[in-house]
Amino acid sequence: MLEIRNLHARIAEDGTEIIRGLNLTVKAGEVAAIMGPNGSGKSTLSYILSGREDYEVTEGEILYNGENILELDPAERAAKGIFLAFQYPVEIPGVATMQFLKVAMNEQRKARGDAELSTPDFIRKVKEAAAELKINPDMLKRPLNVGFSGGEKKRAEILQMALLEPKLCVLDETDSGLDIDALKIVADGVNALKSPDRAVIVITHYQRLLDYIVPDTVHVLYKGQIIRTGDKQLALELEANGYADIIGQAA
Amino acid sequence: MNMQAQNRQTAAETALLDSYNAQIGELPGNGAVISARDRLVDDLKTNGLPTRRVEAWHYTDLKTLLRSIPASGPASSVRNPAPLVDAAALIKTRQGEADGNVSVDGIVVGSYADMLREGTAAPGLSVIDKDDTIGKINGSFVRDGYVLEFPAGAEIGQPIEIQALHGAGQAHTRFPVSFGAGSKATVIERHIQTTDGQAFVSSVSDISLEDGAEVTWIVVQEQGADDTHLAQVRVRVGNNAKLRLFVINAGGKLVRQELRIDVAGEGADLQLRGVNLLGGDTHTDVTLVLGHNVPNTTSTEIFRNVVFDRARGVFQGMIKVALDAQKTDARMACNTLLMSDDAEFAAKPELEIFADDVQCGHGATVADIDDNHLYYLMARGIPHNKARAMLVNAFVAEIVEELEDEALVEALEAIISNWLEKHA
Repeated sequence: MLEIRNLHARIAEDGTEIIRGLNLTVKAGEVAAIMGPNGSGKSTLSYILSGREDYEVTEGEILYNGENILELDPAERAAKGIFLAFQYPVEIPGVATMQFLKVAMNEQRKARGDAELSTPDFIRKVKEAAAELKINPDMLKRPLNVGFSGGEKKRAEILQMALLEPKLCVLDETDSGLDIDALKIVADGVNALKSPDRAVIVITHYQRLLDYIVPDTVHVLYKGQIIRTGDKQLALELEANGYADIIGQAA
Repeated sequence: MNMQAQNRQTAAETALLDSYNAQIGELPGNGAVISARDRLVDDLKTNGLPTRRVEAWHYTDLKTLLRSIPASGPASSVRNPAPLVDAAALIKTRQGEADGNVSVDGIVVGSYADMLREGTAAPGLSVIDKDDTIGKINGSFVRDGYVLEFPAGAEIGQPIEIQALHGAGQAHTRFPVSFGAGSKATVIERHIQTTDGQAFVSSVSDISLEDGAEVTWIVVQEQGADDTHLAQVRVRVGNNAKLRLFVINAGGKLVRQELRIDVAGEGADLQLRGVNLLGGDTHTDVTLVLGHNVPNTTSTEIFRNVVFDRARGVFQGMIKVALDAQKTDARMACNTLLMSDDAEFAAKPELEIFADDVQCGHGATVADIDDNHLYYLMARGIPHNKARAMLVNAFVAEIVEELEDEALVEALEAIISNWLEKHA
């Protein structure tokens, strides 16, 4: 589903290179975890996958279902099924949450050539998905993410993911700022989306989330490269010994 | 040399004076009105249109910006736009003249042309000050309009829409409106283009709120891309009266919207809100002169401006607090989104405070769309232009939603999103 080949990327503004020859393959149906110490490029990788303009790819390619997506803007990538659950979702005053959800769902449908949702269908879908994630309906009456607690923001991201039904889900530190109950709810939400034609990339610092969202593969990112790939045992190993050993071996 | 340059008549000035001469004997008015008109035209002839050297017109050099004036002509359009909100009672002018007989339950509707013919309009044809060019032009050329009287205590639930339809040519209207003590009403003053071709429009609304009146007055300006729109809202707010004044500019090539407000009664409250949607090669100027003239009055003024393309916008906001107007509380804000590198907005807040126990503040911001917001919306599959329009909408929607009346809010939001669809 996703194949990243020899990717090099830098911050557009100051030219700092963050991703330095990254290779990664994620198959349909797979849950891949990307772990790594602070500053290794994890969030940057998620932004680049989503098409954020602040980063410049200088070399390599990103193939999504065989298509190079580097020339596509974020909206085009989203319409093709790429979804990034943000570590820090932005608050957008003046944009009603429900209106945003409706526009996003319908714009993606339009881009794929599907008919737009009727209002009753839309409301039903949102209500069902919100109930699954134990989201208070009053939250949906507020402007997008405005005044949401950290945990509410993360749940709102998973709600969007459930409604938009992407093919490639990228979760950027979705566990940060969540208490254990919220973590379980979010993990259940992600697990419910698992399917043979969908892949999930979980970016995290800690093993904790991986107890709930069990990965098929674990990749260690360090200084912009994947330096080690393994199965879920690798995550446990990292939890026990830290990154120092693996970094030492790679160097 | 300098004097010569200053006095040289522009094509528009010549056309204006010619237009007046061509209409002598035709414009309605008794002797007093005719001599008032003649005085105003003489003033225009002697002083010409204002240039940037005149402080009040510094950012809108009318002499340069007003290139031509179309001939005054008969109405050619039969377009009948629906009212902004379904329930509204329509009072129409077409090409500056009353259109049809009008009666609205609970209020007294009279003809302004009759006032001109009878001479009762003559005192109102005076100018506010020497730079009151809109008063001069409108006073010289006004043909018709409506006089509305809301009786004391009347609570008019149905909104009244004054629909001023302007096609190519000239239209000059005036609307004296009085709200009796304790009356409650909503009035929509709407200026709409009906045919292509250049329109030259002047309009003066002369509004008074008697003690305790509660009024929502909404100005919607949707003129055509070649039109000049010179408008003035004159207001006097009496004791404990509350005025909610909302102005939206969503059209016109050269627009000056003056708000001349006299907060004249203790306990009076003004809530002024404005939205300016500017695009193309247009010039739009909103000039507020607000006097807090007695103790214990309050006001808030918030303007949200969105400027696309090569459009230029101006906001001049003058708040004067008189010497004995203690305990005045006035807050003004002017926030602008610049959507292109060639867009311009000039904001000039001015406070003139003579009393010593007052709360007065003003703030102005200019910004671009927040890239993080744009990215977030796009990352959910909303295409660039649509995402941008949503964010612009969000910027102005806050002001519109304050109106609370659902039908009105929806209608105004529709105007905004239609405009954005064409310009964003």
